[in-house]
Amino acid sequence: MIVEADETMPVRNSDDVVRARQVVRAKAVAAGFSLVDQTKIITAASEIARNTVDYGGGGTMRIEVLRNGQRRGVRLTFTDQGPGIPDISRAMQDGYTSGQGLGLGLSGAKRLVNEFAITSAPGQGTEIILARWK
Amino acid sequence: MAEIPILKIGDCLLVSIQVDMHDRLAMALQDDLTQRIVEDRARGVMIDISALEIVDSFIGRMLNNIAAMSRVLDAVTVVVGMRPAVAITLVELGLTLTGVRTALNVDKGLAMIRTIIDRGEQEDDRRGG
Repeated sequence: MIVEADETMPVRNSDDVVRARQVVRAKAVAAGFSLVDQTKIITAASEIARNTVDYGGGGTMRIEVLRNGQRRGVRLTFTDQGPGIPDISRAMQDGYTSGQGLGLGLSGAKRLVNEFAITSAPGQGTEIILARWK
Repeated sequence: MAEIPILKIGDCLLVSIQVDMHDRLAMALQDDLTQRIVEDRARGVMIDISALEIVDSFIGRMLNNIAAMSRVLDAVTVVVGMRPAVAITLVELGLTLTGVRTALNVDKGLAMIRTIIDRGEQEDDRRGG
């Protein structure tokens, strides 16, 4: 697998969430994604970026454009040093929310991508990796 | 901070979202619209999202809230112009937008608002109100 691009940007406030969406869009276009695929990965990024700001106290988004033979993909890694998620399987349920949201952030974002991984523990922060392939 | 203009057309309010909204802007729009429904005695609210590249759960919640608040204030909300890719993504995300009426474009949206308002007035007449 070849990494064609690799950037990291801060995700600290709601303006950064907008910027993250724009960066993901640019990379998805560059990777040759269809409009529907672009929309899915941008929407997933928006959900997770907002979680990073609202629950993780801010963090970073790393974006990579990947090539695996003929397939190209976009991989996003969101990292924060926040309080972490005590019960990941519960947090992944539709409708579960610890805040003001609809509780679709994690579970919804997972449905919009091909690969989804979450690593978190109380006091250890959270890392979420999303990837979508063309 | 940029504001989203709210236009008044007869007894309807029209909002066309042309910018990539950050969350505070979405909240501000929700508050402004609720205020304007009362001030302008609006019966209908049309929200054009044809320029929106994505609708995530936050914007979806805003649309749901606007529809619910306008209903309480006796106004009808119709969301128009959703892009096909946005519709596909919304369904997969799990956001059903229950309670939000949608129409394909502004023309159909206005017609829908008219029909609903007229039907409501006929019912009021029958009840003798």
